[in-house]
Amino acid sequence: MSDADGWRRLHPLSPVVRGGKATIALAIILVPAVLGGRSENTLIDVAIAAVLVVLGFVSWVVTRWRVDGDDLQIEMGVLRRQSLRFPLAQVQAIDIVRPGLGRLFGVAELRLRMGGASGKTARLAYLHEREVEPLRDRLLALAKGGAQTTDAAAPGAAPEQHVLAAVPTGRLVASILVSDVGIAAEVVLVALIVVVVVAPSAVAGAASGGAVWIFSVFQLVWRRFNQEYRLSVVEVPDGLLLRGGLVALTAETIRPGRVQAVRMVEPMVWRLLGWCRLEVDLAGRQRSEGEGQAQRRPLRTVLPVGSRALAEELLDHVLPDRPREQSPPPRRVRWKSPLRYRMLAWGRTDTCVTTTSGRLRRATNWVPLEKAQSLRRVQGPVQRRLRLASVHVDTAGRSVHAVIRDRDVEEADAALEELTVLARAARRAG
Amino acid sequence: MLRRVESSVNWLHPSARLLALRRLQVAVVTLAAAAAAGVAGSTAGLAAALGSAAAVLVLGVVAERFVRRRFSAWSYAEREDDLLVRRGVLFSRLSVVPYGRMQFIDVTAGPFERSFGLATVRMHTAAAASDARIPGLQRDEAARLRDRLAELGEAQAAGI
Repeated sequence: MSDADGWRRLHPLSPVVRGGKATIALAIILVPAVLGGRSENTLIDVAIAAVLVVLGFVSWVVTRWRVDGDDLQIEMGVLRRQSLRFPLAQVQAIDIVRPGLGRLFGVAELRLRMGGASGKTARLAYLHEREVEPLRDRLLALAKGGAQTTDAAAPGAAPEQHVLAAVPTGRLVASILVSDVGIAAEVVLVALIVVVVVAPSAVAGAASGGAVWIFSVFQLVWRRFNQEYRLSVVEVPDGLLLRGGLVALTAETIRPGRVQAVRMVEPMVWRLLGWCRLEVDLAGRQRSEGEGQAQRRPLRTVLPVGSRALAEELLDHVLPDRPREQSPPPRRVRWKSPLRYRMLAWGRTDTCVTTTSGRLRRATNWVPLEKAQSLRRVQGPVQRRLRLASVHVDTAGRSVHAVIRDRDVEEADAALEELTVLARAARRAG
Repeated sequence: MLRRVESSVNWLHPSARLLALRRLQVAVVTLAAAAAAGVAGSTAGLAAALGSAAAVLVLGVVAERFVRRRFSAWSYAEREDDLLVRRGVLFSRLSVVPYGRMQFIDVTAGPFERSFGLATVRMHTAAAASDARIPGLQRDEAARLRDRLAELGEAQAAGI
């Protein structure tokens, strides 16, 4: 499969798997049509299918990839020929994704999340299952800056693995049922049942009216369950390896130095049970076109549900030097943010800032100062009356930003100055 | 407000021509709106016409005051390691953007700005929320700032 220059092609079944739902739909349409005698419609169907097959084949033929020095090169396209070059030094994370159809055919996708201004994702979809893991190890080794280790990674020498956390399915189900999304789904379900019992004639109207809404809520619940099913966190030499999934299996490696921010979320009901959820934010822009579902979520969940102690333990791996104590805001903040007041707090060490906020659910964010892109002090009209101000710590991550909200003006100014100096020192050190 | 920092650096302001441009924009819009309001009100008599036109003019005066305050709130300062940008009247903001975090700078000039010989300089970092935009710089000052920021950014580049 490889030629003289090291160019290789993807797995021949790639277009079939990439077609995903379309492929399944096509099979469902075609099989009865072919078996059930011919008519004009059948001919049209077969013609369309043939065109699709040819297109898939062409796309497979023109796509090739190779590892060239410190770059991964991918070439594709017929009319718009693209030659992409991904410098491995900028790799933020490498994932292995196995969609349901891919598992059926024994293929997997390798996904390289890149940093840099473009924040692109390099996809090798799909490769043979056997190839994927060695290739990932090799690319990770190259990304760490050791071209000489290319061949050193002997096959069969399983790296030392230490499982840090695994989520029991029962607890995952329970946690989703009492999470905000889960509660929304239950409300919808109960409402539907009530409608069925009270006014059976109105069912059609109610269901069609809210169909989109109902569908999206259930899809959200399903997606969460599908992704977080049997998720386990393993400590590997490169960082943390996250593995899990129900239909589509994913394996993602998170390199600690690439973490832009960490967030711990505690929804209202979870707090009573002492549960929390831990997510990390990595650099990279919005999902690019054609990426699969697994990529659509804004954050990577490290721990879907677990005790605070477990979360702290994982945090030790990601952010060893983080603030342990946080200070609450002045009492007059109650007038401005009555719901948030009890949650608000912030703290810092010399390398890390943490802030807590939230109205009903509590969200705690950690940002390593080394990753702070810019600092902002913002004061709105209400804050000015109460002599308050907020300080924002901006990162390249997509959804977690530390906001030191509603502090006394003096304190906010002092914090801005201190953080400017500390961030500079962290940047120089890093 | 950040007394220690603010007193120790040399704050620069957008060109006074920006204020002239904004005032002109407000004046043109106000006069046009007042004329339209007058015509619309004239169907209900002279008093209504004059009244509605006067109301629009008062709004225009308020807008002028706002534009003036907004202009004077906008300032920037180049420190050794970072650029400070201060702006906003209702929501006052002070951004500290380290040169080392700079990804690129763009200098833009819309048709109005261009006819006044002005340009807007904006510094981008990897964070979408970073907010370092300085409007209404005279062209040579914009070019100087752009070159200076590019130079400092290159010297201190820190990546993501």
